[in-house]
Amino acid sequence: MNPPISEQPGIVLTEEQKRRRRARSLAIALSLGALVLLVYIVTVVKLGPGVLNRPL
Amino acid sequence: MSLASESTDLAPALPGDLPYAEPSMAGVDDYLALMKPRVMSLVVFTALVGLMVAPGHFHPVLAFFALLCIAVGAGAAGALNMWYDADIDAVMSRTAARPVPAGRVQPGEALAFGMTLAVGSVVFLGLMVNWLAAGLLAFTIAFYAVIYTMWLKRWTPQNIVIGGAAGAFPPMIGFAAATGGIGLESILLFLIIFFWTPPHFWALGLLRADEYARAGVPMLPVVAGIAETRRQILIYSLVLAPVGMSPWLLGYAGLAYGIVAIAGGALMVALAWQLRGAPTGASPAGVAAAKRLFAYSILYLFVLFAVLLIEQVLGLRQFGAISIGVLS
Repeated sequence: MNPPISEQPGIVLTEEQKRRRRARSLAIALSLGALVLLVYIVTVVKLGPGVLNRPL
Repeated sequence: MSLASESTDLAPALPGDLPYAEPSMAGVDDYLALMKPRVMSLVVFTALVGLMVAPGHFHPVLAFFALLCIAVGAGAAGALNMWYDADIDAVMSRTAARPVPAGRVQPGEALAFGMTLAVGSVVFLGLMVNWLAAGLLAFTIAFYAVIYTMWLKRWTPQNIVIGGAAGAFPPMIGFAAATGGIGLESILLFLIIFFWTPPHFWALGLLRADEYARAGVPMLPVVAGIAETRRQILIYSLVLAPVGMSPWLLGYAGLAYGIVAIAGGALMVALAWQLRGAPTGASPAGVAAAKRLFAYSILYLFVLFAVLLIEQVLGLRQFGAISIGVLS
């Protein structure tokens, strides 16, 4: 008889699958970081001096 | 239910499809391959030309951001195409090693990746540049992924004629990003790529007719035969040559462009004529003529757009100087 589902190991990733997942995660992190930086720069460019002209 | 688990019901099934998702073996390079980097580079180049020839000043940072959005949008269209066409790609030698048919990327992953990039590129282009350019980008992605990939490609030998519009939009998007409108100049650039697409792809189709037939894709050489395809290539080349000259004839481009367009267009017609006269069947002369035309067509389009860009950079062009009303 099989052990209860909660005690089964589930999907166990191989080392190669872990390595590729790590590479994908890193690529996503770098892409998101680049996007944040780019949006910040473009926002400053679009607003120009107006970036400081706002109600406090 | 998730996009990933639904995807296999939406796209044609692949041989050996599993009813469950395996842990992904996709590498970063597989995701880059999904974006069709070579197609993307041509899209970026033609969009850059559309953007550069636009009248007025466009901030370089915004221009870079617009080009990035267009590139990502093109990548999204490529990923969605690879998701849906995996069954066709699997039986063609040119495409069998692509990430989805090769099994490195699950169809659902490709679909989710393509949709994420498509929505992201359109939204960011709209928010940061303008919504006309974003709307054109959204239309282009939808046209390529839905109208061409899901419908035309499997249904009619005119697939790449109508579907070619998707590849012709990028300079118009670049122009719209820079000006917020659609000028006659960008329509001319659209028409050049639109009429260039059939002779370019049918030359490839002649070389791969057997594979297209095996995959069940009704490309013109498969449906109408080699002789008719060569005749159509010649007709489109005869239309393309004057369309290629039109920016100069209408006063938007300089003399250098005019000379290149006349010489390049004449050579395009000459090669199409040579292909038309080559012996039919699998003759080496016919294959060589198709290969020559295919390779030259890429050079022709690249040189036309490169000369426009150089004229613009050197200040030799008239492009945009007498802009006929930007239609905002």
